[in-house]
Parts: sequence; structure tokens; C-alpha cells
Amino acid sequence: MAEYPKQVTYCGVCTLPPEYCEFGGTVKKCEEWLKDNHPDMHAKLYSQEAIEQNLSTLSLEAQKRAEKDSQKKAAKAATAEAKAQEQRATSKVIIKRIERNKRKYVTAVQGLEAFGLDIKKVAKDFGKKFATGSSVTKVPGGGEEITVQGDLSDDILEYVVDQYKDIPEDNVECIEDKKKKAAG
Amino acid sequence: MFKKDISAGSKSKVKSSAQRGIRSKVVDQYPLLEPYMDEIMPKKEQLDLVKLPDRVALYTLSSTPLFFQHMDDPLLPHLSLIHRYPSCFPRLRIDRGAIRFVLSGATLMAPGLTSAGGRLPNDPQDGDGEFGMEELEPGTVVVIEAEGKENACMVGVLKMGTAEMKKVKKGQACEAGHYLGDGLWGLDLR
Ligand SMILES: [Zn+2]
Repeated sequence: MAEYPKQVTYCGVCTLPPEYCEFGGTVKKCEEWLKDNHPDMHAKLYSQEAIEQNLSTLSLEAQKRAEKDSQKKAAKAATAEAKAQEQRATSKVIIKRIERNKRKYVTAVQGLEAFGLDIKKVAKDFGKKFATGSSVTKVPGGGEEITVQGDLSDDILEYVVDQYKDIPEDNVECIEDKKKKAAG
Repeated sequence: MFKKDISAGSKSKVKSSAQRGIRSKVVDQYPLLEPYMDEIMPKKEQLDLVKLPDRVALYTLSSTPLFFQHMDDPLLPHLSLIHRYPSCFPRLRIDRGAIRFVLSGATLMAPGLTSAGGRLPNDPQDGDGEFGMEELEPGTVVVIEAEGKENACMVGVLKMGTAEMKKVKKGQACEAGHYLGDGLWGLDLR
């Protein structure tokens, strides 16, 4: 009897077991990922021998169909990627300093999800990085933002640009939101 | 069943009595899983029920999907569970040519199983008896493996018995229940 549970590696790009990457539209990226992360597996799956063997089990007609199919899928994936890139280029991350009480600030961060980030995770990272309270809150009118306790606009700006290479610095903006109360 | 992307509906805790019921149903349906049940569904841990579209219920252990069920149909294992305990389910194998159809959510056709690269129970080409000796009846939940691949790519319910498939070699063999890359596979459970 085999040792269970069996450990299965999944592709960091398309999420399938890497042996199935060839059927998706992101084979090139999948292959790069596997090469970087699991070189032994990559050597096995993408060897010349493996590729030839894969082809030899298909009839010529089926090979042609498969090729057409994968071209279609690749084109689809490319369009999706281009769209995502365009969205990234036009999206903005807003870091807003908000005065809660006199001299007490929170910093709200909006727009990270447009760059494919999981904002729950980012909120946790902020909390850890800056050793402060950080949570995801709903924004009136839909959407969510991260609220960080403290006046951390500049630090967050630096961290975001540094940490998430997909976000160009020009797309991050710091603003101030002063709740003007009567000066006391 | 999950050709489209889906998102998780409400999540609720499964009561311990119901949890015992599910456990025994799983063992009834998949007796080979019995030795691993304490690992798969530890008695002391909370099982959750996540509602999915079209009256499908998904049972999860925190964010790990285990089994799903359409109304009162049989419990079907999630592919990630199958990958961890591969030989604990009745299995068939499709030839390489059928893989891309299965991965696009098509109903599996008999020739994909009866061809040289496919495997059915009691198959003369299956020297090790890996795919069992007993013919399977329509309605059986089967895991679909693929020629040249180590891991299963689909799980579904047989529309035609395997003896019949060998005889007629055509027609719909198995409904696409859950396959690699479908909405259930991509479901975000965090
Ligand atoms: Zn991949």
C-alpha cells in the first residue's frame, strides 16, 4: 500500500498539477515557474523525450486539432493578460491620511485589489510590518479598503512600491482627509 | 457541473451528529478510505458546509474542500482529496486525446476509455489490475485518470456500465462532475 496522504505539487501559475499545464493557455509561464521552483520536475516533464512521447500517442489529425486548440487558449490567455495589464496601468492606489481625533490618525489604503492582491493578506502584512492594528473595512458605495492605525502614509507608500513590483510608483497617491472640527 | 466560475455562498458549521452521519456515508461509499478517515475528517475538528450554486453543498475542513453533493445524490470527493488518496476510489483511465475534452467540461465519451490508451476494469492491458477486476454499474462514482499522467483529472458518475462500454464502444460514458480547472477547483475558500 502506498504512503498516504500523497503530496502533490500544484502549478503556481495555473494551479493544476504541472503535468496538466500543457492543456492550459499559460504553458510558457507555467514552464518558467516550474523551472524556477521545481527544477527536477521540470527536467522530467519538459524533456525532449517527454514531448515526443506525448505527441506520438496522438494521431496526426488529433495533433493538429490539439495544436489549434492550444493556440486558441494561448490567445485567450494573452488577451486576458493584456486586459489585466491595462487595468493595472490605469488603476490607482490611494493612501489617505485621516484625522480621527486631534493628533490621532488612521491611514486608509484603497485600490490594491486592482493589482491582483489579496487585500486581507496585505492588511495582515501591514499589521506585521508596522506593528499596528490593520484591518479590512467596507467602503460605503461598495468595495473594501485597508485601515491602518497611525499616521503611516509615507511608510506605506514606500513599502507598497518596494514590495509589490506590479504597482508602479506613479500609480500610488497619498492624500489627506481632514475632518475639520472647530479648532480647540 | 462547475463549468462556470462560482463563488462560495453561506458557510455553516455541521453539527456533530450530522458530522458523524457524513463520516459513515463516506465510509459506506468509499470503503477504502476508512483507514484514513481520522486524517481526512478528524473527529474533534469542525466540519463546515459551504453552499454552492444549484443546490450543491460542499463539505470543508477549514479551507480544505473534502466532498461535495448535489441535493441527495452521492457524495463526490474533491479532486485535491483524490490526489492525496488516489487508489481509494474506483478508477478508470482515458487516453491522451480525451484529456483536453475532459478539461473543457465535456461529457466523457466511451471511446476515450475503450481505446488503446484507455483503461476499464478487468482490462487485458492492465497487467497489475490497477483498475480493478469488477465491472462497474451505471451510477457509480468514478475517478478518471489519464494516459501518461500521475494524477486524476476528473470525478463523475457513470452514465453507462463498463461492460456495456466494452460492447458498444460509443456513447456518453460519464458525466463531467468535477474536473481540473473547473469552477469548483478554482473556488476561493479563504
Ligand atoms: Zn501550470
